[in-house]
Amino acid sequence: MSIKVRIPTPLQKLTQDKEEVSAAGKTVAELVVNLEKSYPGFRERLCDEQGKLRRFINIYVNEEDIRFLKGEATPLKDGDEVSIIPAIAGG
Amino acid sequence: MGTWGLENFTNDQIERYSRHILLSEIGGEGQGKLAQAKVLVIGAGGLGSPCAFYLVAAGVGTLGIVDFDKVELNNLQRQILHVTKDVGIPKVESAKKRLLELNPEVNVVTISEKLTSKNTLDLVRQYDVLVDGSDNFPTRYLMNDAAVLTNKPLVHGGIFRFDGQLFTILPHKGPCYRCLFAEPPPPGLVPSCQEAGILGAVAGTIGVMQATEVLKLILGIGELLTDRLLVFNALRNGFREVKIRRDPSCPICGDHPTIHSLIDYEQFCGLKTSERR
Repeated sequence: MSIKVRIPTPLQKLTQDKEEVSAAGKTVAELVVNLEKSYPGFRERLCDEQGKLRRFINIYVNEEDIRFLKGEATPLKDGDEVSIIPAIAGG
Repeated sequence: MGTWGLENFTNDQIERYSRHILLSEIGGEGQGKLAQAKVLVIGAGGLGSPCAFYLVAAGVGTLGIVDFDKVELNNLQRQILHVTKDVGIPKVESAKKRLLELNPEVNVVTISEKLTSKNTLDLVRQYDVLVDGSDNFPTRYLMNDAAVLTNKPLVHGGIFRFDGQLFTILPHKGPCYRCLFAEPPPPGLVPSCQEAGILGAVAGTIGVMQATEVLKLILGIGELLTDRLLVFNALRNGFREVKIRRDPSCPICGDHPTIHSLIDYEQFCGLKTSERR
């Protein structure tokens, strides 16, 4: 199973400057675990000390915010596209 | 406020705005709406410059512009309201000069104070539409909350390196910035443009789109980006959209709001005054 994951600019240092990577996972939580395996440090950037998704970063599955789906338990299927979008403040 | 038609405009004004008036979606009536509109732009920087430039060119009646910084040489790569000889003077001063050169009929109001919980509500109440072109999280949350508390539409834009984000907040009708990002990042976790850089033209892309949202709002035409976040990346030349929803648990616009007045945003963002630029 392959999920396309769009990596935001601030996290691309961890993915060797790749803005798009493939990863496996039946849920968003599993996907994050697998991303951490491939790109150590990834989980810490996404989640706080309690393991909860940081509140200035949103994860979208096919353009839908997982907070309005099933959160980290949101199921994934082959061909899904996951976007990680952090707040940016520059102006 | 009455409806304006072409009879309210001078021949020079009809000539100046003729390419607008030709558009059936605008016409004399729409141009009249623009002439009566009051827009407040926060920041005379990368986003505020192109946004204010186009709004003044378009003939908005009153354009307020807020900034307490002075022009620096490193601003000129993207902040197109300012030119080389402006280095060292307050940004609102050079902004006003340039905007009036473009269109002397617009009432350009400059505000060179720092926005705080004390002065923001009184300021935003004087305007119809707000534009966030600020460069820091405390001001972004401040403006969001001020927009929700005063029920004023706010066009949000943010930029970073090659990336841009944009959406329009219609308080209580659609999601607000807190619905999208409930909390700011802790200090130091997200680098600023000052630290990480910004492709100058990205500021133009997003700032001009903010102006477009404002014009659509005033004119009441087209679809606004109210339930979608527009995400731009200049390297891929791509615009994408993701859905935004109103969060029922949002502390300011949710079903049971806990924020009823402006708060201390530097504390909220984990900053003390002395740590901020």
